[in-house]
Amino acid sequence: MSDRPVLPELPTLPTDAPPSEPARQLGHFRPRLLLHEDHDLCPGCGEPLAIRTLLEVIDEMGEAENTIGVVGIGCYTAFTSTMDVDLVQALHGRAPSVATGAKRMRPETIVFTLQGDGDMVNEGLQEVLHTAARGESVTCVMLNNGVFGETGGHMTATTVLGQRTKNSLEGRDAGYHGYPILIADLLAPLGGTAYAARGSVHDAPAVGRTKNMLRRALETQRRGDGFSFVEILTMCPTGWFVPTAEGPGYLNSVLGAVHATGELRNAERLVTTAELLQAAKDDAGRREEPLS
Amino acid sequence: MTRTLMEGSSAITEAAIAAGCRFFAGYPMTPFTELLESFARRLPESGGVCINAESELEAVGMAWGAAATGARAATGSTGQGLALMQESLSELTRAELPLVIFHMARGQSDYTQATRGGGHGDYHHVVLAPIDVHEAVEHTQLAFHLADRWRNPVHLYGDFLLAHTSEAVSIEAAEFEPLPEKDWAVDGTLGGSGRSRNVNPIGMTKGAKGIEPESFWKRLQAKHDQIAREEVRFEAEFTEDAELLVVAFGSLARFARYAVRELRRAGVRVGYWRPITLWPFPTEALAEVAEGVERVAVLEQNAGQMIDDVRLSVLGRSPVVPIGEISSDEAGFGIGPIFDLEDVRRRIQEVCT
Repeated sequence: MSDRPVLPELPTLPTDAPPSEPARQLGHFRPRLLLHEDHDLCPGCGEPLAIRTLLEVIDEMGEAENTIGVVGIGCYTAFTSTMDVDLVQALHGRAPSVATGAKRMRPETIVFTLQGDGDMVNEGLQEVLHTAARGESVTCVMLNNGVFGETGGHMTATTVLGQRTKNSLEGRDAGYHGYPILIADLLAPLGGTAYAARGSVHDAPAVGRTKNMLRRALETQRRGDGFSFVEILTMCPTGWFVPTAEGPGYLNSVLGAVHATGELRNAERLVTTAELLQAAKDDAGRREEPLS
Repeated sequence: MTRTLMEGSSAITEAAIAAGCRFFAGYPMTPFTELLESFARRLPESGGVCINAESELEAVGMAWGAAATGARAATGSTGQGLALMQESLSELTRAELPLVIFHMARGQSDYTQATRGGGHGDYHHVVLAPIDVHEAVEHTQLAFHLADRWRNPVHLYGDFLLAHTSEAVSIEAAEFEPLPEKDWAVDGTLGGSGRSRNVNPIGMTKGAKGIEPESFWKRLQAKHDQIAREEVRFEAEFTEDAELLVVAFGSLARFARYAVRELRRAGVRVGYWRPITLWPFPTEALAEVAEGVERVAVLEQNAGQMIDDVRLSVLGRSPVVPIGEISSDEAGFGIGPIFDLEDVRRRIQEVCT
């Protein structure tokens, strides 16, 4: 059994004390392409945030009446009843092929898939790789929380080393469970891929950057440049067995430390996740240097 | 009417294009390969798309997406490849997608697979089993029509003989009754309207809170019951005064029909009966003719698959005996020694009383 990496200490927030001030509603922020605000996902889930960002981009680009979504199987599937765009429900892992058939028959439309890490990287790895290699003019969006959230927190192909899940109770062990797949690094260098990026929704600036990535991906598709891919790291406190309020911190410090965010492919420019991690380290180092 | 000598695979392709097929995806596998080849050559020329899928899983997924946009779409394989597709084949039936599946089997050993399948849940596919290339041309066009009419997958069950036999055929677009508009199909235009579509297998409606699959699946059951009543097709000869009734389907039925005609000319009171739709199986029609015969002989090239449906139809009215068997060539492609007129005649004569 190999050595298990030690997880970073997580900040603990008091959850039993009353809030300093009563909650108040700041306003309504429902995107136009969401039929109503109710959903059945857990408190602290990052998926609604990712989905609303995607819907906002589609609407802002003026493509609401020209879009077909193909949705995989995961918690996010619950949003098929409220996402107000034309949708096709695919089987687990099979969305990229369904999207391919739809796009070939309706080349004038914007076609996206919405999948999770279990859906895309476990069940459907072959599908997305070939779709990218063929250079299909579709945009695959993957919500990555490193667990099968819908079944209650089980290990996926993106679960990071040391991460505890219901079927890796002592943490993912490289010698026993193997290593996580950095899916964006597999897709980015393929000849058919024109755009690949990894974003996150752990805080507001990250959501803003992710929104830009989604826009660039859909613009790539609109130009007909090739396959585009956006991975979005999302919180799953239920599946990680951490308090709701600790979700964003856990996402950034545990998953984000492996699945680093940034653009991996933009036209001819190609960057690896390892390079993104190194750049983030250098950047942090520079910030810690005393000003001279 | 001009007739052209064509191999079955080419004739099916031309018939599909005449029927308006615009999308095909497949993965090579004997004896399906030539069908994929001819679609790959002919579909792009006629404004359609044929994708050489990376596996049967991708092939059926692509056809699913194409069908969801309202385009006439098809895929297919042989039994092994279709086994790989089963999850999709059952799920897209529940999503009510019209899809044509060319089931080019290795002989007749996929009867149970075609009529029962190995997918999940309550579902049925219409299965047409043409006897020759002429009928395959007719059935290909009918398959696209029935798929759209019922929003349900339709199989065309063929084999090595059908794929490779050349016959002089004439291919013209067949006339059918008008079909309802495909207002359920996604074209991307309804986003933001509050009425956007959702092609899905659980009857989910936009804006609804929660799902209610039970009533949706019961409605599907009612549809399949209606198909079973309305789409039964069969062929019968010399059944009125037959003492022995020979039941066979597909390519082997062509040999059975010929042998029965010969035996009739020799004065033997033998009849011939063929299900054209393997699902829905023409149960009532067979029960009717089985009433007056002394014996029902089932000729099929497998260990005994259709015989279950025959027994369920005859229900003890007369003895049902198998006269077929597993019969394979050395490659396992399904052209065994049973495809021989002498052999078929001998099998029938052996059970004549």
